[in-house]
Amino acid sequence: MKATVYVTIKANVLDPQGNAVQNALHTMGFHEVGKVRIGKYMEIQLDTADRAQAEERVKAMCEKLLANTVIEDYRFELEG
Amino acid sequence: MNFAVLVFPGSNCDIDMLKAVEDTVGQPVDYVRHTADDLSKYDAILVPGGFSYGDYLRCGAIARFAPVMNEVRKAAAEGKFILGVCNGFQILTEAGLLPGALIRNKSLKFRCHPVDLRVENANTAFTLDYEEGEVVTIPIAHGEGNYYCSEETLAQLKANNQIVFRYAGENPNGSVDNIAGICNEAGNVVGMMPHPERAVSELLGSTGGARMFTSVLNAFKKRAESGATTGARAY
Repeated sequence: MKATVYVTIKANVLDPQGNAVQNALHTMGFHEVGKVRIGKYMEIQLDTADRAQAEERVKAMCEKLLANTVIEDYRFELEG
Repeated sequence: MNFAVLVFPGSNCDIDMLKAVEDTVGQPVDYVRHTADDLSKYDAILVPGGFSYGDYLRCGAIARFAPVMNEVRKAAAEGKFILGVCNGFQILTEAGLLPGALIRNKSLKFRCHPVDLRVENANTAFTLDYEEGEVVTIPIAHGEGNYYCSEETLAQLKANNQIVFRYAGENPNGSVDNIAGICNEAGNVVGMMPHPERAVSELLGSTGGARMFTSVLNAFKKRAESGATTGARAY
């Protein structure tokens, strides 16, 4: 099974990288660009076929390590 | 008084920290590796700066799971004196020993220069020898020192007098409320982005950080005199 994890910066937390990329895109002429937010994308191979267990364990991974819930949100999808 | 300086893969201010202890208070001090499973002999634990585990994922995110961190958590609960500087501060927030988080500097620049800090709380174990409101010069060197916490957490920090240092001049990183350093509710765990170990001699440009080391020695002596072994604000 594969887990795809998305970690994003909470809406009310400043994202200086996103702001810099937004400015760069404007400078390049992409004036239609509004807010840019940068997050993380992770692919995790899981050695299990038990979907319910995978769901529970990936959630624990996110809470403990993959995201810092003070500043980040996470969501994930399971495939396979 | 026995000091430990923790060393993670990627720590790079550990030598400065150890030398600062030797030069300011002359007490026994050891390097303690990230794999250590016993900190019982130490009275103060210093978590130095650097780039533990390459700052992978997030600064301090992986270091907080090193075996030694279980011992640091125990030591904090026992009321031992713990100081995290720069990456050490990031590790302590990731470990949940201090509230909030450190994010990328607002300017995106790595800032490396002396800053003026106002001592907001002179009652912590690490700031006893300062005057409240005093301004000291201590250098910063970080790319991710922008302190963030929720409004509720900020209100708690203020209510409990947990803000230890604020940037007195320009805010170099965008930190909430100009925060440069905080402590836990009990006051025995302090974290800060500026580097006091780099400000212990005029030859280094400032002696503004030296009293953090004399403070903790005095806190230790006061605690020993009062017979208290643990507990909040029992110096």
